[in-house]
Formats: sequence, structure tokens, C-alpha cells
Amino acid sequence: MKHVVIVGGGTGGTIAANVLARKTSKDKVKITLIDKSGKHYYQPAFLYTALGEIKSESSVVRDESQLISKRVRLIIDEAVKIDPADRRVDLAKGGSLNYDYLIIATGARIVPEEVPGYEASYNFYDYQSALKLRRALESFKGGVIAIGVGGIPYKCPPAPGEFSCLLDYYFNRRGIRDKVEIHFLYPLPRPFPERSVAGVMMELMERKNIHFHPMFNIEYIDPKKKIVYSLEGEELKFDLLVMVPPHKGAKVVENSDIKAPGGWITVDKYTLNLPDYDDAYAIGDATDLPISKAGVVAHYEGKVVAERIAAEVAGKEPTSRYDGTVRCFCDAGYRKAITIKFNYETPPKKPKPSFIWYIMKMLVNKTYWSLVLKGWV
Amino acid sequence: MGEIKIDRVIDARGSHCPGPLMELIKAIKQAGVGEVIAVYSSDSGSKTDIPLWVKKAGHELIGVYEREGYTEFVVRKKR
Repeated sequence: MKHVVIVGGGTGGTIAANVLARKTSKDKVKITLIDKSGKHYYQPAFLYTALGEIKSESSVVRDESQLISKRVRLIIDEAVKIDPADRRVDLAKGGSLNYDYLIIATGARIVPEEVPGYEASYNFYDYQSALKLRRALESFKGGVIAIGVGGIPYKCPPAPGEFSCLLDYYFNRRGIRDKVEIHFLYPLPRPFPERSVAGVMMELMERKNIHFHPMFNIEYIDPKKKIVYSLEGEELKFDLLVMVPPHKGAKVVENSDIKAPGGWITVDKYTLNLPDYDDAYAIGDATDLPISKAGVVAHYEGKVVAERIAAEVAGKEPTSRYDGTVRCFCDAGYRKAITIKFNYETPPKKPKPSFIWYIMKMLVNKTYWSLVLKGWV
Repeated sequence: MGEIKIDRVIDARGSHCPGPLMELIKAIKQAGVGEVIAVYSSDSGSKTDIPLWVKKAGHELIGVYEREGYTEFVVRKKR
């Protein structure tokens, strides 16, 4: 009997567990999933929660136990240390688990407190913060709204641009768009990391009268004066500030003897193995791969590692590899969206806003809990 | 590079845009005024992004050097 331990029940960990359960026999493989809260959040829903478009809590959060195969043993506890040399995971409540294969899917954590004055900002990077932002937006009657980034890397590169475009739509629907100035502060010279997408984002922002501030890396905020300052020496007075908080890797990664510069785990870009450990993998936001931190990456990688482990257990050479594919849909407002698709070898093509991609985005939101998490797509 | 003493080297080769620029920004945040940072980048986008950012942020781009398979940017923190 082989024991597979998965640390983290987010998108990648849950998909890996479900695909493994389907592709291996229960007589040969035991699967254990460790998750510190036992709650599974669909993070793309946070943005729609903040804008009041998603109000049902069951669209945002569900019990992890309802989402995994009955074959998977769920332990609600926090992994505090991973010892890949000893094939062991230590738990916060005491005890440890030994494994034959390990999948680290611990994601990223947000650390808004690393920006001085952060308490004057809002964000949509966790559920409670999204609800708080929704209340702030509902009572907003006019003035300057700034959307900025507190540090890179952050989850979902299009999210701040997408949020800016959707704010334009939101205030138009409320009939007060003419009373709201929207400012988009971005760390780079263009409004998106990839050049082909940045051009479309720029056109959208110009059309929506969103003021773009290039190379504005938020350094600190003066909560009393309501001014946000950049590392580049600029400042902007705001009435409401939405800041993408800085992100860090999981604490368990920092506390373990794992190669993880800056808290992000080094892995082989194709096999997703940790260096020197054929039996240990890391997926999703936890890794230091030079691609987006996004659910879709965890989704594809979760399937790859599950297939690799299933092949090894069956005594076959694992052939499944991650080719760096990222595909996402970015809502541009007014029921139009763009799609961005690329991999390690092929950069994204210039996207075009379309109603079809908007429908696709809504479909993903609907089918996430069933088709996506089960690993059927 | 003559007399220039490099205080810190950031090897961002293999990191795609905007990795090298962001690594430089992170290093500048941590560095003291006057320190010199060298960034190695194999991403062609760095050739526009890094000089643009250094100028806007008020630092000094001491030099851009083509090496074998990558570009080296040498930057001094000025403020």
C-alpha cells in the first residue's frame, strides 16, 4: 500500500486528490489530504462578491469534505513542517504523517500588513475583505477610487485591471459614474505583464476613462491624509483605495528544509518535482515557476502530478508533463470578456473582448464545484 | 566596469517578464542609498522595462552590458 499525502485543499490539492482517487485502486493507494480550515473558497468569486454580483455564500465557500472523493481521508489540521528527506509531515495538533508520495499545494498567503498604513485600504483577496469592500462600495457616493498593487507576485495578474473595468460598469449601473474618478496604479510601464494583453487593457481603460498610472509601486499609505505613496516618488490622494496585498509563500514552507527562495518552492517546470526528490511535488501558487499564480495553473498541475503518481504506482514510466499552459477569462464589463492563453513556449495572442468569453467565464464559475474540482475538465 | 563595486547581484535569468524588473524593485527597496545592484536577465523585455523604471524612480543606470545569452543591468540606488 502506497500513501499519498497532499498538503493543502485548495484548487490544486483537491483536483489532485480526486484524480488520484479515480486513477488508482483503493487496495494499492491510500490518499490523505491535510487542510487547515476544512473550508474551500472559490477565489475568483471574491471579486464578484465585492461588486455585489455574487451574494450566495455557497457560490464562494463550501466544506472540503463535500468536494473530495469518499476514498480521500481529510485531516483538518495545519501542517507545520515537511521533511522530504524523512518523508514526513508534522501537524500542529501533534503527530505526523509518513508518506510515499507528497504533493505540496499550500498556495500563497496575503500579508497586507507589510505595507505601512494598509489599514486604510480595502482588498478582494479573501472573503471577509471582499464583503467589507462591498459595503464600502455600496456607501460610496463619489470621489477618487484608486486600485493599486502592494507587491508582485500576486494571485491572478489580470484581477486589478479587471476590477477597475468592472468598477466602471458598477458605477454606470448605479448612475453615478460621472461622480467617480477611477485610477489604476500599476507596478509596470504597461497595465498588464504580457505586452500583447497590455495593449488591449490600455484600450479598454482609455475607453472607460480609467486613469492609468504606470510604474506606481505602492510603498506606503497615509491613512489620515488618505494619500498613497509610490516607491518611485509619486503620490495620489484617494477617497477609497483598493490594494492587491503583498503575497508570501506558506509558513510551513518557510519552516521546512525545502529549497524555496523567497518562500516559493523550486520545482522542475515540467515534472513539478522538488529538486532531488522524485517522490515530492509542489503545485499551484506555492511554486516559484515563472508563470501566473492562478487557479487554472493549480488545476492543470494537480492533474499532472496525480497522473504521474498513478503511473508510478502502476509500475509505469510517468509521461504526464506540465507545459506551462495558462488559460483564463477576464471580465471587461458590459457582458464582455477577453481570454488569455499561453504556455512556456507560446506567448498570448492579442485578445478581443467578446460576449462568448463572458459566457465561458460564467460557465467556469458555475461548473467549478462539480466538473473542475473533480478533475473532469 | 572599471572601479564600480557591485554590492548585490540578482540572477533573474530564466525568469520571464516582469520577473527581472520586479526582482530589481525588491532589491532596491532593501538596499541602502548608494548601493550598486547588478541584475542578470535573459528576458528581452527587460531592455525597455528596466531603464524606464530606473529613470522614473530616480536611480542611476550605470550600464547595460550584453553577456553570453543574457543582459546585465547595473543600477545605483540614488535616494
